[in-house]
Amino acid sequence: MKIDVGEERNAIVMSLKGRLDAAASSEFETALSDWISKGHNNFLLNFTDLEYISSAGLRSILAASKKLKERSGKIFLTGLHGPVEEVFKISGFVSIFRVFATAEAALKEI
Amino acid sequence: MTVLISLRLSAKLENLGGFIGPLSDCAKAQGFERGEISKIELAAEEALVNIFRYAYPEAPGDVEMICKEEAGRLTIEIIDSGIPFDVTAMPEPKIADGVHDREPGGLGVFFIKKVMDEVRYRRENDQNILTLVIQKDSR
Repeated sequence: MKIDVGEERNAIVMSLKGRLDAAASSEFETALSDWISKGHNNFLLNFTDLEYISSAGLRSILAASKKLKERSGKIFLTGLHGPVEEVFKISGFVSIFRVFATAEAALKEI
Repeated sequence: MTVLISLRLSAKLENLGGFIGPLSDCAKAQGFERGEISKIELAAEEALVNIFRYAYPEAPGDVEMICKEEAGRLTIEIIDSGIPFDVTAMPEPKIADGVHDREPGGLGVFFIKKVMDEVRYRRENDQNILTLVIQKDSR
């Protein structure tokens, strides 16, 4: 898995490429956690190039979300498609995170 | 029934790709669609990761994966000699709960049941044998 990070407006945009499986999730969780400890509160996760996610990947997002909740931070999602979208739907995660059709639409809301 | 894969590796997270790679290639060679292959990868990963994390709390052990095909049905057997664990007996997570009420466990098992056509468990000769079945073009 590859993670590209950029800062746009008031948010950290993390674009994930490849597979967010149990082997990759700790790297992702550490990356998220590092940005949170640097004081960033708003995150946009772009899954346009993400091909696969498992429960371990969802757990990393959940863990970050719990940390951010304490300080009114947000995690927004975009680029859900194919098998990744399917996993978000069956887990019910689509209803607990805000999902946007485009990165631009998400950034307007942050 | 044709045996397509029979693989035995130590039960560690580093070996996840060693199981999923061949399984994925095999499902593809059998003509499963991209969406179905993702389901196969997901169910196998969740089952394997549970074993990597919980089956051998004291001494290290192995996991065996056997993949068979018959008439468009792919059967994946995942076998370990760890502590007894019946995936099929796990209660369903409350997926409607808010972020903060969610327990981290349980979701993987829920995925296995959700994406496979059949999930069976048996304990035999001190081994956990989990059988996952998916039918090609089933939905």
